[in-house]
Amino acid sequence: MTSLSRNASGRPALASAGRMLSNALIVTRREVRDSFRDWRIMGPIFLLTLVFPLLANGMTNLFIGFFEANGAEPLLPALLPLLPMIVGFFPVSISLVIALETFVGEKERLSLEPLLATPLTNTELYLGKSFAAMLPPLLASYIGIAIYMGGLVFGGTQWRPAPTLVIQILLLTSVQALVMVTGAVVISSQTTSTRAANLLASFIIIPMSMLVILESVIMIQPHRRFVLWFLAVGLLVTVALLVRMGARIFNREELLGRALDQLNLRWIGRTFADQYRGEPGKRSLVRWYRMSIAPAVRALGAPAAVTGICLVAAFASGWLAAGSWPLPLDQFEANDAHLLENLQSWFELGRNNPNLVLAAVSQNLRVLALATLLAVFSFGTLALILVMIPFAITGFILAQVAAAGLSPVPFFAGILPHGVVEIPAIVLAGAAALRLGSIITRPPDGMTAGEAWIRALADTVKIGVGVVLPLIVVAGILEVTLTPRIVEFVLAR
Amino acid sequence: MIETYELTKRFGSFLAVDQITLTVEPGTIFAILGPNGAGKTTTVRMLTSILAPTSGWARVAGFDVVRNPTEVRARVGVLTEQHGLYQRMRAIEYLDFFAQLYHLPADLRHRRPLELMQHFGLADALDKRLGEYSKGMQQKLALARALLHDPAVLLLDEPTSAMDPQSARLVREAIRDLQRAERTIAITTHNLVEAQMLADRIAVIRRGRIIAHGTFDALAQRFIGPPLMELRAAHPLNGLADNLGGAVTVVDQGECWLRYHTANPAADNPALIRRLTGLGIEIVTLSEISRTLEDVYLQIVREDEGLERDDKSEP
Repeated sequence: MTSLSRNASGRPALASAGRMLSNALIVTRREVRDSFRDWRIMGPIFLLTLVFPLLANGMTNLFIGFFEANGAEPLLPALLPLLPMIVGFFPVSISLVIALETFVGEKERLSLEPLLATPLTNTELYLGKSFAAMLPPLLASYIGIAIYMGGLVFGGTQWRPAPTLVIQILLLTSVQALVMVTGAVVISSQTTSTRAANLLASFIIIPMSMLVILESVIMIQPHRRFVLWFLAVGLLVTVALLVRMGARIFNREELLGRALDQLNLRWIGRTFADQYRGEPGKRSLVRWYRMSIAPAVRALGAPAAVTGICLVAAFASGWLAAGSWPLPLDQFEANDAHLLENLQSWFELGRNNPNLVLAAVSQNLRVLALATLLAVFSFGTLALILVMIPFAITGFILAQVAAAGLSPVPFFAGILPHGVVEIPAIVLAGAAALRLGSIITRPPDGMTAGEAWIRALADTVKIGVGVVLPLIVVAGILEVTLTPRIVEFVLAR
Repeated sequence: MIETYELTKRFGSFLAVDQITLTVEPGTIFAILGPNGAGKTTTVRMLTSILAPTSGWARVAGFDVVRNPTEVRARVGVLTEQHGLYQRMRAIEYLDFFAQLYHLPADLRHRRPLELMQHFGLADALDKRLGEYSKGMQQKLALARALLHDPAVLLLDEPTSAMDPQSARLVREAIRDLQRAERTIAITTHNLVEAQMLADRIAVIRRGRIIAHGTFDALAQRFIGPPLMELRAAHPLNGLADNLGGAVTVVDQGECWLRYHTANPAADNPALIRRLTGLGIEIVTLSEISRTLEDVYLQIVREDEGLERDDKSEP
């Protein structure tokens, strides 16, 4: 056999991959055969593949008649693509059920151990079971879509969907199946019972259902259907993250090492308390910062670097975007005297309202807390996006100022005095949120995903309390008291 | 061959297996005994490269369980405590599935499952779904699965549980055949009678540690003393037992019988017979009171519990 390269053991890499696939398919064949013998799986697949598309087809014809009777035919091209997606999604959603059954069901029935005792590698087992969970529902989904669309294409409607649209529907359906199966693997490895797995599966099925609604909203706006490509790419990135996470945690040790689905509140409480307690007899604030906070901050090195790069990229994107969407600054009354007048009225307001510091602090804290929360549900990505937005806006405005030939000095004077403190706080908070969201994709050696996440959460809270909060308070005080005076000084010159 | 050195496994702060060192030669049946939760299953899982040791090492069939897991698993046959059969599959499909996973050559893939099914008396149930199998049949099928690839090392967890006496004997004979074929066999079991019948060497594990290890005779000698003999006479002994001198240690006596320990039966018994015969006593029987592995095992566990209590009571 021709080999493209050789791996470390000297075996042809192509042959090795072929052997891996061949072994995985042994598992797949058995699992698929088993699924086909289970009426609880085959019943819904049959109904959703053959009966549901025909019902949907009949319903569509009723709608078409209704639209035509009421002179709304122009709406049909926008609405017709909606149902193929739904028809495709229902059978694909069964892949989640099969995946949970094949991974955690086997663990629950104790049939996994003999399989783990064979020469199969973890990857072969992972691939074999994933294929088995995905292939029958995906095939059913394609058949369902074909039956539904066939009825419209070859029936009285004579619908002629654009090839791009068909590709988008098939692509999204396939990627959704991938997300559900890879997500199910992650869930399965965290539980020992199908009951617990089914409960956790709502973390997959609910977002996926919402995604399908979002896709439908986009689908009925033909000029915005290009967004579906971005959604597909986003889903593929999610799949990549879930595969990475699954490959990490789908191993013999993790599968058999976990005994019970129990929330160890005592351990969680101890983990959190340990962040603040310190050694008996040696408790002091200075020691806490030195022994507990400093190592936690140092551990944020890589996420902080990623966050910093993203913030710079956001600033640059904002700057570049300014060229495409110029502001009418020529209509902006931008003389320094006018700005100074506005600023002085702002000072007056501040003098009479000391709560402005509190407002500035609470606004920043709200945003960072929201970023942390979103990080949990998005592997950290949404936290990054949220903290990037102000930097993109800053880049955008600064580029407009520069393009209009205005002096950037007052602008910098309005940002930097408190920004010197606030920006590091944002970088740290963003990095901690990114780590919190992403740590489950690659927990440290010897830790389960849950343990790693709880420890990361404890670190995040500690850094939030010990570093970010004080910095944000200082930045808030500076923002209300010092920054306006510096701007005033700059403008007065 | 199985070799381990200070094999240790921790789950978080729980020490499941604590520095187990042992060697099992080919052609040996090695029984691992111990209470529930003692660490037997974890040890077997490490020897099968399913769990990685926290420290120490193990070599099975010449391969390191951490560095060569695939090679180890290809050479080990495992009978797990729970058979975990696929209930919707037919027996022949089930064995064929595992034959594929073990990469048996095509001719063997078809022949070997049939041979094993025949051997274990399951030939009539080839096409039955496994959900219809009785517990004993499932046990035999699981054993057939473990033997499918003719492994060099066999790790058997309760090999005859749930079997009727006839099937259990069949399985024991199969295990002895494998021993004669120079396979290395480790059995974990609570069936002490079976362990005594089969095992050449025995290890007792408690709290993750091997607390006793050796042949049955050596363990019996160490934990319940030298062999116990019973002598029965035709007539009352009339206090003769007190005048036997230091030849043997009498531990119990009745009107016409006495029991004594002897560290050297080959020398002491003939001497005693000569002496009693010389005194005109007619001996009806002289036999060894059989000592069971259960007695030995319970004594081993009792002593270890005592040590544990002492450890805890120390300040």
